[in-house]
Amino acid sequence: MTQAAQDTIAPHKPGSSGVSNTPKKRSKILKALSSDTFWRGVVSLIGFVVFWEICSRMKQWTGVEVPWIGKVPPPTEVLEAWTEIFWLPGYWESWYLSTGRVFAGFIAAMLLGIPFGLCLAVNRYFHDIFFPPFEVLRPIPPLAWVPASIVFWPTTELSIAFVTFLGAFFTIVINVLGGAKSIDIRFLRAAQSMGASQWDLFRKIILPGTLPSIFTGAAVGMGITWEVVLAGEMISGGGQQGGGGLGFFIWSSYMGGTVAQVIVGMISIGIAGYLSSSLIRYLGSISMPWRRLF
Amino acid sequence: MTSASSNRGAISIRNVTKIYDPEGVNVMAVDDCSLEIGAGEVCMIVGPSGCGKTTLLNAIAGFHSITEGEIYLDGEMLCGPDRPLANQGADRMVVFQHGALFPWKTLAENVAYGPIVQGAMSKAEAIDKAGTMLSEAGIGDMAKKYPGEVSSGMARRAEIVRALINDPRVLLLDEPYRAMDALTKSIMHESLLEVYDRTKVTIFFITHDLEEAIFLGDRVVVMTTRPAKTKKIVDVDIPRPRDYTTLSSNRFRELVQEAKDAVHEEAVKAFEAGERELA
Ligand SMILES: Nc1ncnc2c1ncn2[C@@H]1O[C@H](COP(=O)(O)OP(=O)(O)O)[C@@H](O)[C@H]1O
Ligand SMILES: [Mg+2]
Repeated sequence: MTQAAQDTIAPHKPGSSGVSNTPKKRSKILKALSSDTFWRGVVSLIGFVVFWEICSRMKQWTGVEVPWIGKVPPPTEVLEAWTEIFWLPGYWESWYLSTGRVFAGFIAAMLLGIPFGLCLAVNRYFHDIFFPPFEVLRPIPPLAWVPASIVFWPTTELSIAFVTFLGAFFTIVINVLGGAKSIDIRFLRAAQSMGASQWDLFRKIILPGTLPSIFTGAAVGMGITWEVVLAGEMISGGGQQGGGGLGFFIWSSYMGGTVAQVIVGMISIGIAGYLSSSLIRYLGSISMPWRRLF
Repeated sequence: MTSASSNRGAISIRNVTKIYDPEGVNVMAVDDCSLEIGAGEVCMIVGPSGCGKTTLLNAIAGFHSITEGEIYLDGEMLCGPDRPLANQGADRMVVFQHGALFPWKTLAENVAYGPIVQGAMSKAEAIDKAGTMLSEAGIGDMAKKYPGEVSSGMARRAEIVRALINDPRVLLLDEPYRAMDALTKSIMHESLLEVYDRTKVTIFFITHDLEEAIFLGDRVVVMTTRPAKTKKIVDVDIPRPRDYTTLSSNRFRELVQEAKDAVHEEAVKAFEAGERELA
């Protein structure tokens, strides 16, 4: 049978049909722009902002205050506050401080959490010894560690870093452990039949097989580190060492500034969180090319 | 892989019994089963779901221990009373029921994996050889694709190539073409026969499909319902090379009927026993 004949005859599995044949080399951006989902999203966001503006301004226009939303400054005012703040170095310093803390804690959690989770998964003795204390500590919410950690560590900065680290660490370990444990036994058997050593198995099968879970853990862990950092910044306050950051920015805007500034702070955090998770998604897609297909 | 050597790959299964979890649920999956498979034979195993076919294959491959009996490969004991679990080795390559290409490697990287981890070839050599072998199998264009990008038929063909690059003595296939439509299946059959004619590797092939069994096999072993024993062996005296015209010959029809009668009896028993398949 010739190659050409096979190509036309060989039926495809439903769902994966045509993946290899249809030319779909258009750029992702063009594809997004032409999809209904994208435009529905745009319309929905615009609708949301317009709705907010109208509700906030209702009192000014008609004298009737819309409950709840009526107390919130309208988006135009928030934008105005933002353009003022935008030029202040203090605002960008808040970004810098928070981002630095998030990544310090997050990277430390990845560096320790991934090997720790993999060891738990592949070595029974390691698991028997370290899993029980891990499981006892895991349910403690990160913020409950704050007072103890202030006692442990000499500076506030270090205690924030430690609590941030914990927030991501437990999530990452659990994901890595679960991912490594759920690798299909057929992959391990196939590799072993072909003569893979323990080290080959670990590096070529268990590690790539766990990557999807590592990135899931990283995405969730990243969300948690932002929560923890902001809460830590609000608690610790500004002024001395360990102060500042977007959390403190919101807090001080609340104490001494305007509600519009508080909202600027909130949106800034939303953007920071979105950028961080985009970064993780991007890293995921370059380190797992086989998952880009779907 | 060019040497069509049929003087190796003889499997001898002698009085093998397998009981899962003897202290607990105690499932007897295989009971005192004996079977001689000649070097270079295509031996097809059929039998009702859950009768113990996969268990037997796993014992040969070294994935599971056996409880009693012995299994030999070319006169060497794989497993027996002193060593219930056979070593896993590249002399017995398994093609799994739902396919087990590594999703994170391209087809060529999958095929090259064995020679690389065995240290038999450098990475570049292995990838090169993989490309050549994939082309021989008619899927050379797919070498750089990931398993998720190709059809199940191509993936299964690549998996057979991945097994063959290790120059195994035996290919163990566990319902590899299950859940494929008839057309894909027939293409897979032709390509497997082509591989067999080239390599004369011993094939231990589990299937549900009796026409597939008669079409591919030298012998068809019909197993009893659990615990598995050999119930009947159908000798397929249809000359090779076979092609799709074989399917309409009278002899083919007769043999399928013969196997069907034997399986049907067992299938009824298995159904009545409420046997479930663990896959
Ligand atoms: N790990 C296991 N533990 C207990 N029972 C098992 C196990 N694996 C398979 N069995 C049982 O052994 C019997 C034979 O299974 P299997 O060899 O998979 O059958 P099949 O012929 O369908 O391949 C079935 O009844 C199954 O439930
Ligand atoms: Mg089975």
